[in-house]
Amino acid sequence: MAVKLSPKTVKKEFIEKLEKLSGQNVQQCFQCGTCSGTCPMLENMDTHPRKIIKMAQLGLEDEIEGTKTCWVCASCHSCNVMCPRGVDLPRVMEALRQMSLRKNINHIEPSELPAETIKDCPQIALVAGFRKLTS
Amino acid sequence: MKIIYYPGCTLKTKAKNLGDTAVASMALLGIELEELTRWNCCGAVHSLTDDDLIHQVAPARILVRAMEQGGGKLVTLCSMCYNTLARTNLIMKNDEEKRNTINSFMDEEKDYHGEVEVVHLLSYLKEEVGWEKLKEKVKVPLTGLNIAPYYGCTLQRPREVGIEAPGSFLLMTELIEAIGARAIRIKEADLCCGSYQIIGNPEAAGNNSAKIMNSAQKAGADALSMSCPLCEYNIGKKQKGLPTFYFTQLLAVALGVAPEDCHFELNPESSPELLKTKGIIK
Repeated sequence: MAVKLSPKTVKKEFIEKLEKLSGQNVQQCFQCGTCSGTCPMLENMDTHPRKIIKMAQLGLEDEIEGTKTCWVCASCHSCNVMCPRGVDLPRVMEALRQMSLRKNINHIEPSELPAETIKDCPQIALVAGFRKLTS
Repeated sequence: MKIIYYPGCTLKTKAKNLGDTAVASMALLGIELEELTRWNCCGAVHSLTDDDLIHQVAPARILVRAMEQGGGKLVTLCSMCYNTLARTNLIMKNDEEKRNTINSFMDEEKDYHGEVEVVHLLSYLKEEVGWEKLKEKVKVPLTGLNIAPYYGCTLQRPREVGIEAPGSFLLMTELIEAIGARAIRIKEADLCCGSYQIIGNPEAAGNNSAKIMNSAQKAGADALSMSCPLCEYNIGKKQKGLPTFYFTQLLAVALGVAPEDCHFELNPESSPELLKTKGIIK
């Protein structure tokens, strides 16, 4: 993905909001890629977690919005326990989800879930899923 | 001896085989798990955004109830409940600003400052009973069973609430060995099963759960031992590979709890079959 960078493309308000919601300083990341290497959901993602952090550092809000990475994250904290820079990436992913969900947009529609899943799965699956993926 | 116990929603319904076997086992070990007289859902997942304090209120209320019922240690055993309660407890203990906001919102409850200690049953078993004493209480040793301990994510991560360090699986390994079975180490013991993505991205959750199941099969395990109803659903019920058990069911069988009280009807069919084949239950 080619991106032209200039002071105009860096959305400072986006970086500030992301850091405020997540409580993380994304500039701490030095791009070692440990997060991507430890992510159990990586093969289901269109963009690696390491790249999401890079895009966040550069304030590329629209480019991040165009990826599905934060919706594939399972908040398992594998990246978090391994990050040599102490960046809590699951919190960054949650902040990205929240920025979208707070516009009142559901990522999944509860009414469209298969009846079998609703009947069979433990309630913690529904509570957790709705908390992470619906507005 | 009594200890305050938070079961959580799933242990009262789809994972009665986790909750009831814990209560029965601990009773045989001389410890009464005294259920909180009033409790609510913990919220299942910890809220990760700094300004979202409303989702800390449900677990905070549970901690307040535990304090009112005598305080000290609060034992829980669903991995997701444990994680959610332990993390909110850290906020209430260490973050003055958030604690004040949450306390002032809960205007009918007593103020809470992290007085309760949230403990997972595995840690409690080791600390309060100990593996040597447990060995003495075993009536039906699980000889000949090869069990892979599976921890998933929330027993170990993040580090500040882990029951042990990431990558270490000692507590469940020692328990399995204390009750006479052989513990089989698998590399995927802390690989995420996909968790709540079973409703968001079921294919991804299925892929991860299949990896875990295949790894246990290749390692020569007869079954997996678990602590989380969501892992058990994703790996045990959806994959239909090896039998799966909650660690409390294995403990209960070994201590002589009647099989009909272990709710094997809630496990995959292959689970009680395995115990029958090995001559452990009739």
